[in-house]
Amino acid sequence: MAPLLQLKQVTKTFGAVRALRGVSFTLQPGEVHALLGENGAGKSTLIKVITGAHAPDDGEIQIGGETIAHLTPAKARALGIACIYQQPALFPDLSVAENIALRLEKTSPVHGVHWEERRARAKELLHRIGAEIEPAAEVRMLSMPEQQLVEIACALGAGARIVIMDEPTASLTQKEQHLLFAVVRDLRAHGVGVIYISHRLEEIFALADRVTVLRDGESVGTNPVDEINEAALIKMMVGREVTAIYPPAESAPGQGVLTLKSVGCTASGVHGIDLELHAGEIVGMAGLVGAGRTELAQVLFGLTPADAGEIQLSGKGVQIDDPRTAVAHGIAYVPEDRRRHGVILEMPIAANVTMAIHQQIFPGTWLRSTAERKLTLDFIRDLGVKAAGPQALGGSLSGGNQQKIALARWLATKPRVLILDEPTQGVDVGAKSEIYKIIRRLAAEGLAVLMISSDLPEVLGMSDRIVVMRGGTIVGEFPRGADAHDVMAAALGQKQKEAA
Amino acid sequence: MQKYSRELSVAIVLALLLLVLAVTAPAFYEPQPLLSRLAREAPTLIVACGIALVMIARQIDISIGSVFALCGVCAGLLAGEHWPLLPVFAATVLIGAVLGAMNGALVAGLQLPSIVVTLATMVILKEGLRWKQQGAFINLPDAWQWFGLSQRGGQFALITCSVVLLIALAWATKHLAGGRFLYAVGSNAEAARLAGLRPRWVTLTVFVFMGVLTGCAAFLNVVQSPQVDPKSGTGLELKAIAAAVVGGVAVSGGRGNLWGVFVGVLLLACINPALTYLHVEAYWEKAIQGAIILLAVIFDGLRSRKPTN
Repeated sequence: MAPLLQLKQVTKTFGAVRALRGVSFTLQPGEVHALLGENGAGKSTLIKVITGAHAPDDGEIQIGGETIAHLTPAKARALGIACIYQQPALFPDLSVAENIALRLEKTSPVHGVHWEERRARAKELLHRIGAEIEPAAEVRMLSMPEQQLVEIACALGAGARIVIMDEPTASLTQKEQHLLFAVVRDLRAHGVGVIYISHRLEEIFALADRVTVLRDGESVGTNPVDEINEAALIKMMVGREVTAIYPPAESAPGQGVLTLKSVGCTASGVHGIDLELHAGEIVGMAGLVGAGRTELAQVLFGLTPADAGEIQLSGKGVQIDDPRTAVAHGIAYVPEDRRRHGVILEMPIAANVTMAIHQQIFPGTWLRSTAERKLTLDFIRDLGVKAAGPQALGGSLSGGNQQKIALARWLATKPRVLILDEPTQGVDVGAKSEIYKIIRRLAAEGLAVLMISSDLPEVLGMSDRIVVMRGGTIVGEFPRGADAHDVMAAALGQKQKEAA
Repeated sequence: MQKYSRELSVAIVLALLLLVLAVTAPAFYEPQPLLSRLAREAPTLIVACGIALVMIARQIDISIGSVFALCGVCAGLLAGEHWPLLPVFAATVLIGAVLGAMNGALVAGLQLPSIVVTLATMVILKEGLRWKQQGAFINLPDAWQWFGLSQRGGQFALITCSVVLLIALAWATKHLAGGRFLYAVGSNAEAARLAGLRPRWVTLTVFVFMGVLTGCAAFLNVVQSPQVDPKSGTGLELKAIAAAVVGGVAVSGGRGNLWGVFVGVLLLACINPALTYLHVEAYWEKAIQGAIILLAVIFDGLRSRKPTN
């Protein structure tokens, strides 16, 4: 029998980033095929190629044995490809039956609506996957797993032969997971091919038939799950060498600056955090997306204030309730999404740089453009920003230079603690290495740096100490030079020997 | 100069219009009618500056017409009680500030959409005023008109007041940290918050400012005639928003400056007399104003579609 889906040597490049470098992938009918890889390994891009959202630069896509030249989202749907995302894309104010109908019916706007038919079909589809959901219920009243089931019902109703599930269990309870697994097994029994993306290895072993590991946009290998074990999978995921783009550590860590004692925040799910940051030290924070790392940074910066435990700065207990207090205490936070939260694109570089320090450089007076200009020029030279000048708009800079400006804003506050959230995301390799040098230099100047990163080699290469978060708390701590395998295992929640 | 190209292009349109008038209708430039026209537009200029600040902060205030009318009526009533000029002025501004603070508290405090909040306050204030005043005009004491100066002196004083206010505000938006905050919050409130600014305070403040400026404008309007018309603010919000939009203030926040607004006010104010002098029937005025607004918005739309890096 021909495979349901076959990708041959698919490549996809975004600017300077090669997201997929010749990936081949096969999905058989009645197979659950797990896709595994670090953040940024190319999973999302691969899914988008399969659903027609991205056209590959090169390579071949075969569906049901037929080569498809120009796959579009509409064509992919017509060929029976359905994708169920972590956050279901349903219309919350419409009923379940209407949501299903919207996906399946193609009628003109003036066509009459057969309500009975809609309800009956919804009922039948939901029944087929064993979901006890009332077709007349409004979607916003449903729980997350129920919404996922509605998505699956839509996929079935559309006659999907290939169902892609992107981290479907991320927000499910144990019981809900079992229900979902039963549905997946049922799909498999009916000859549907399922591409299953998950970070949870135990799920992959419980559910999948085969597993493919992606790394740096390449397929590292495909194996039947009963011929491979967890250790081998982890090894396949991390097998990259730490390269020489990371500057060496120069100084020994100094005294403790920021101390957290069982800090927690109910609103963001962070709990029981014990952590000490020292002057001159770079602490790398690893973990998967959703592990609570950004949430912890937001607690420290007062965006979602802590409601448990104690935060101490140089031994003194402090209460950080909003970003202004955090800034006043010398804590700086360079957020992850610099285009949305970091640099204000419509404003000049100079205004961006002085955004957080108006009181300091213009105490009680008007803005003085000479002082501002001088400060900005200093940073431009110091950090090697490539820009037309202090009055160039933030939006005119490249990603790496925007990141330097975001950094400059916080360095201008002369912080003691610098929290960096994914400092090199979407930055090209050359700029990355410059940013690493800057971070290392700042640490050498006595800053305590907390660097959140999903790029494991970066964490390993930069950090004097590595902490790993999972499920909203710290689950592991490693010294410099730790083994990539151990860090990844901790992030994935595998048991490990106590780190030295 | 590219940065101000938007404002400059409106200024060029205005200059062309003035040039056409200079050639075809020199009567337009006779001092006394010109002075009267400018004095009549002085309150509009002040309100337009206020709404521009509100729009830069990515909010809108459509209650300004009602606030304007209410402030005017209060000024008239207080004058009827024989209060002197300055205390009445202070009271009028204070009333404006309180009403603006009310709008601001609802928008910033409860995070409600400003268009709905100010729509509600617009209707409440307007209908409240109608109930209280029943449309009756209020007679002002004789010494009030033109601040007790001659008509000419009064008109000069009015125009000077509004232009000084404009210069002060234009300077403040560029050279005070508060002005910078306004642009930052209007461009990207979340980024501003992450930079340690307080977007809610900025929003509240800008609404209070709007109220203060509306109060000022209402006062400058009251002194122009012997009576206070309780319906004087009708349509003012549209006029002010139109001037701001024509002057290059982005409805989406974060962009625009008060010099552009100044030019916008002048341009829209010139339409009516231009029509008269050019012997076009006057009821084309609104249609032409509408067309100018549409052109300005189309221009902005095309500009923002240019590929940005």
